[in-house]
Amino acid sequence: MSDTIVSLPDQSTARIPKVNFITKENGLLSWLLTGDHKRIAVLYLISLSFFFFIGGALAGLIRLELLTPQTDLMATDTYNKVFTMHGVIMIFFFLVPSVPATLGNFLIPLMIGAKDLALPKINLLSWYLYIAGGLLAIYTMATGGVDTGWTFTTPLSTHYVNTNVLTTGLAVFIAGFSSIFTGLNFIVTIHKMRCPGMTWFRMPLFVWAHYAASILMVLGTPVVAIAIVLVALERTIGIGVFDPTKGGDPILFQHLFWFYSHPAVYIMILPGMGVISETISTFSRKRVFGYTAVAFSSVAIAVFGFFVWAHHMFIMGISNYSVLVFSLLTMLVAVPSAIKIFNWTFTLYKGSITFETPMLYTFGFMGLFTIGGLTGIFLGTSGTDIHLTETYFIVAHFHFVMVGGMLMAFLAGIHFWWPKMTGRMYPEKISQLAAVVTFIGFNFTFFPQFILGTLGMPRRYASYPPEFQVLNVFSTAGATILGVGYLLPVLYLTWSLKYGEIAGNNPWQATGLEWQTQSPPLTENFLETPIMDHEAYDYEWLENQKEKEVASVG
Amino acid sequence: MSDSTAIAHGAHDAPEHGHEAHPPYLRHHFENVEQQADAAGFAMWLFLLTEVMFFGGLFTAYLIYRNWYYPAFVAASHQLNIFWGTLNTLLLISSSFTMAMGVWCAEVRKKSGLVLCLVLTFILGIGFLGIKTIEYKEKFEKNHIPGAHYSLNSFLNPDSDDAAKAAGDKPLPLDMARHTEVYFSLYFAMTGMHALHMIIGIAILGFMIYRAQAGAYTAGHVTFVENFGLYWHFVDIVWIFLFPLLYLISRHANT
Repeated sequence: MSDTIVSLPDQSTARIPKVNFITKENGLLSWLLTGDHKRIAVLYLISLSFFFFIGGALAGLIRLELLTPQTDLMATDTYNKVFTMHGVIMIFFFLVPSVPATLGNFLIPLMIGAKDLALPKINLLSWYLYIAGGLLAIYTMATGGVDTGWTFTTPLSTHYVNTNVLTTGLAVFIAGFSSIFTGLNFIVTIHKMRCPGMTWFRMPLFVWAHYAASILMVLGTPVVAIAIVLVALERTIGIGVFDPTKGGDPILFQHLFWFYSHPAVYIMILPGMGVISETISTFSRKRVFGYTAVAFSSVAIAVFGFFVWAHHMFIMGISNYSVLVFSLLTMLVAVPSAIKIFNWTFTLYKGSITFETPMLYTFGFMGLFTIGGLTGIFLGTSGTDIHLTETYFIVAHFHFVMVGGMLMAFLAGIHFWWPKMTGRMYPEKISQLAAVVTFIGFNFTFFPQFILGTLGMPRRYASYPPEFQVLNVFSTAGATILGVGYLLPVLYLTWSLKYGEIAGNNPWQATGLEWQTQSPPLTENFLETPIMDHEAYDYEWLENQKEKEVASVG
Repeated sequence: MSDSTAIAHGAHDAPEHGHEAHPPYLRHHFENVEQQADAAGFAMWLFLLTEVMFFGGLFTAYLIYRNWYYPAFVAASHQLNIFWGTLNTLLLISSSFTMAMGVWCAEVRKKSGLVLCLVLTFILGIGFLGIKTIEYKEKFEKNHIPGAHYSLNSFLNPDSDDAAKAAGDKPLPLDMARHTEVYFSLYFAMTGMHALHMIIGIAILGFMIYRAQAGAYTAGHVTFVENFGLYWHFVDIVWIFLFPLLYLISRHANT
């Protein structure tokens, strides 16, 4: 292991800049009515963590029930509600907004040298919509929950269940608009607000990834919105669009739903990939290999992502020709994903790699996302899909991508930019420990589920045949370790807010524009509009810059 | 500005932009008015794109079911009143014209002209909704609202129904007649969503008339009026697609 690159200012003299976006104004109202993208990002971070731990607690209940083959912890219909609410909260209130609404919100204007997002009020509105949707979801949970699964599949959701489908649908609908406004804001900002010299191909790959994800948010989310409206109309006045007895077709719902919900998984993963591009480059001290290819692969994932939705429906009665076409198109998505993984690996090659916490999470991402992605090929092939779909194999597959991929990337990003957001460092050793614990706990939890799935254990049941118990005990034990791994950062990051070491402007010696301003930044981000006069990830430029200027803190 | 010594690299040779002459409506985070107007306009177009996708889901459903249940869709479309539909189309196109004139008035800073145009647009919009109410009432009286009280009478016994008789409809088999409910489901979902957009638009128009009288849009800052104009034209265009799809095509299919 080579030496660490962390360069902190002299702790005896260093102090947090007196004027920054946190200290500029005081009082609760100054936060609740703010237009500052950085403050909104902090609001999002707090509220997202809240929803993450609710979703996590539900996951804990699921794993606890599955510890034994019998249904002994909760009744089967309660179990249905628990896994449904776990899915709804984790997907719509954590994964979709996770990186974009927190890190994206905070960093995109900083990275492109702008003072704020183009539409600050819309940004604040999107947070309020998110909170309104989230509170409504919690309310539905408190008043009986919903048990359709997060997919709201018709005709189950329209005809056969008496739980809170309407209010949950409304919650998702509202949260959808929050996501649309975030995406719209990013696209406008990236097009119109770049500082002089910031050409498209000088932007950090983080910004490219968010651009691609924003396209998906803007084009995909309205379709799920109209699908939810139709489900609501079907439930309340029985309009019959999805009702076969009236000539409607439940499969149409599936098409409309997955037209959004498949691109939604790229909304979730693309921003995470953006984080990985930044950390890999910084901790290898190298420009990202194949910058242009990585940038375009984000856009390619976004474009291909719109043409693969029917691979969720191979066993739903779509025609064999559709299966053939969608299977082929699904394989195509593997190409840009592989371009990213290979290019990151080439970035590591002959780099001076150091193993700070964000880098540990990044390695976790690369390994787990690769496994998650490769098992996706099993599921994209219609023959194996018919065997594996609706089993724990699919649960393991998307948790590898979403938790192993996205959550690792989220934590990598939080750790990487924490010094920028708060001005303070977290304790390095314990955070490295947390990264390792998370990785171990994750594999213990979800790897056994691949085996369970191939053995044929179906998903969404509270009980299972006794021969599956050993692997399920492994999985539940792993979930406990994983829980510890997620709790640790909350503790030491909170601790660091007061006691952490002063980070200075650029503790990682990274090249992005966000590192060339003070931490935490000013409300206006920069003293004067910066001018981008070099390529992204230019470490030689940074060296020259350091020789020229003596950076002082405070 | 602050006592911070943050380094904005390369900022030393940044061109000085005129800090002295900021118009009051220029938000702090934009460099200049052009950038602000540009960003707002672009955002509006993106928002309209999401609206296209929103209505797109409904249009997809319409196309699929129309293909499947063609005779039911033909018979059901005969139940729509083409006179009211045409009149409504005229009202809406005129309102788009007055809106466009309003944007022009705002640009050339004619306050009274702007207020007049906005009021006319407001009235035409209300007129459209009024006529829509008359049409909905007709459907209600004939029990053509999907749901428990839906009546197949007009399609099983076309001779008992004036509109069906006038169009020369032949009785549909029960199976096909029941699919007319899908047509009316889509009719209400699509025109209902469109009407909802009209109501939101009219509410914003009311706010704009109030602000325009105070001279808010005739002092050089016309972004809001322009973007609302885009929204209004979009709602108009949705109707331009809805009208032929629901009222006109296959009107003479069985004559």
